[in-house]
Amino acid sequence: MIDFFDPTLRNVALGSGVLGVIAGALGCFAVLRRQSLLGDALAHAALPGVCLAFLFGTHMGLDPKQPLLLLGGALVTAWIGTMLVLAMTRTTRIKEDAALGIVLSVFFGAGIVLLTLLQKGGATNQAGLDRFLFGQAASLLPRDIATMAILGGAVLLTLFFYFKDFQVLVFDSAYARSLGLPVRRLEILLTSLIVVAVVVGLQTVGVVLMAALIVAPAAAARQWTDRLGVMVLLASGFGALSGVAGATISATKRRLPTGPTIVLAVSALVLISLLFAPRRGIVWAAFRRVRTRRRVRLENLLKDLWRLGELDSRFDALRAITDLMAVRSALPATMRHARNAGLVAVEGTGIRLTKAGLVRAAAIVRNHRIWELYLSRRLDLADDHLHRDAEEMEHALDSEVMEAIDRALGRPTTDPHGRPIPRGVPA
Amino acid sequence: MSEPAPVEVHDVTVAYHTKPVLWDVDLTLPGGKLVAIVGPNGAGKSTLLKAILNLVPLSSGYVRVFGKPYNEMRQRVAYVPQRESVDWDFPASVLDVVLMGRYGRPGWFRRPRAADRARAEEAIDRVDMTAYRDRQISRLSGGQQQRTFLARALAQDADLYLMDEPFAGVDALTERAIVALLRELRKNGRTVVCVHHDLQTVPEYFDWVTLLNMRLVRSGPVDEVFTAENLHMTYGGRLAILERAATDYLKDARGAARGG
Repeated sequence: MIDFFDPTLRNVALGSGVLGVIAGALGCFAVLRRQSLLGDALAHAALPGVCLAFLFGTHMGLDPKQPLLLLGGALVTAWIGTMLVLAMTRTTRIKEDAALGIVLSVFFGAGIVLLTLLQKGGATNQAGLDRFLFGQAASLLPRDIATMAILGGAVLLTLFFYFKDFQVLVFDSAYARSLGLPVRRLEILLTSLIVVAVVVGLQTVGVVLMAALIVAPAAAARQWTDRLGVMVLLASGFGALSGVAGATISATKRRLPTGPTIVLAVSALVLISLLFAPRRGIVWAAFRRVRTRRRVRLENLLKDLWRLGELDSRFDALRAITDLMAVRSALPATMRHARNAGLVAVEGTGIRLTKAGLVRAAAIVRNHRIWELYLSRRLDLADDHLHRDAEEMEHALDSEVMEAIDRALGRPTTDPHGRPIPRGVPA
Repeated sequence: MSEPAPVEVHDVTVAYHTKPVLWDVDLTLPGGKLVAIVGPNGAGKSTLLKAILNLVPLSSGYVRVFGKPYNEMRQRVAYVPQRESVDWDFPASVLDVVLMGRYGRPGWFRRPRAADRARAEEAIDRVDMTAYRDRQISRLSGGQQQRTFLARALAQDADLYLMDEPFAGVDALTERAIVALLRELRKNGRTVVCVHHDLQTVPEYFDWVTLLNMRLVRSGPVDEVFTAENLHMTYGGRLAILERAATDYLKDARGAARGG
């Protein structure tokens, strides 16, 4: 059983929650600026800083595991790495992805070498530095959490004060400059905040996977909202949720590395968001597509029945299903759908429009022919282009638009091909 | 004393890396006019706007806005960038974007106040977008996105508007609405400078035209400057510009008066 009164577990949950909030909030800006990979590069660039800070602390006779010292070292090299990326893209022809790749691999390589040297050198107290690779939330001490909370608080406070500036900077930086905002300084400030967010998570999540905690909550949150403020709050919540969940699982079950566990938790959130978020979610989009296709097929069936009626002026006559198949494929599913909606009646091998079906069919045919007329009068489209366009639009036009077009055309009675535009249902 | 011209560009050269985009451009734009900047692709039209706005470093020369450097006068200038220059999938509503027009003003924490909001809503109303105020900006048509950008500039309540292709990719209705808006601005004594692509509409929409092809070809009232000969000089390729430079050089060498 998970015991939240266990102080270790409480530390773990608290620390990971704080981390999730910070990473989620800052991650939104990283993702919207298309700098997702920057988080990854600078997380890796923090590793040599941790090792150097440890060495420095040992030599100076300080407590080399003092969190402020280690995080300070991480901050320094991560920040240097970031500024190198910015400088490279600005002054050379190296593109950003290449610059990120260079910084990531060079700094991470240096970090691994230092880490190995430290361990081989038998520094008495080096044990535990490797937790910075994959993260070990169980190793969080109260002083670590205090450090994280103070850094995180500072980051979030800054974000709050500069929220509007960052918003316009990310959306339209040229415009921000025209307003006189100090764009260069704001960019450096925002990037520095992202650096702090990454560094705060190193001990918990590790340099290898920290980028996921920056990117994933923001990507998930974007699915659910169209407002930046809401997105930041949601991403913070998602970050906290997956942080707490992942860290708690890793701390209770056989000491799994925390980073991968948190990443799995946040990935689940991303997956759910991609699938089920209204409007942007894959499932809803597919559902809407299917529904539209069903409606289009239904309307085509009604229209075909109406056209057969026009041939002999018996609009509600029973038609053989085989006749309909000659006009267009009358699918069993579509006929079932139409019958269930009460628009057609199926009698043996015949099908006929019901009262409701007649009304609906007349409306569809009217839309189609009015639209054709509109295209031909207003856009001078050739007659042979009219039908195909109208075929697509008749299902999409709403009644308000149709009414306006109908009025503008002076309530016409025939379409460009001379066929009648139905005005109501024949008796 | 009359007010200094809204825009003075003095011998400005701009180069990206080593490739020059604007060469030695020298011009003055008068106040209270609708000005079109016209020229072929790659002629440096957008760069000229950016040079006025201090958005690109100048290799040489300087710019004055209402007689002062841009940074001292930016409260009086509003910029409408090209619609394609931003990612419209950004999570913001029309109102959010228009409120950005109020961010340049000094204020504690730059939180928008009620007055800013009122200005933004008024600007949205002026471009006829009130019905779309809370709509996410990616779910707008091209014309509506352009109107949103215009409203953002209007919310700045500036005296000089610099617009980069405001008519690009908009529907006929929006085009008419923009023209009406430009005329209203002119009536209120504002100056509007547009990078413009459609040569046909220049005489109808604008008072003043600046013909540009890396170098300044001509700049002046439309009925004087917008001539077939000048257009040929602008669009006839760089060769034509060089020819003119050569002629001018020879004229100078002969000590003859330089043609205007």
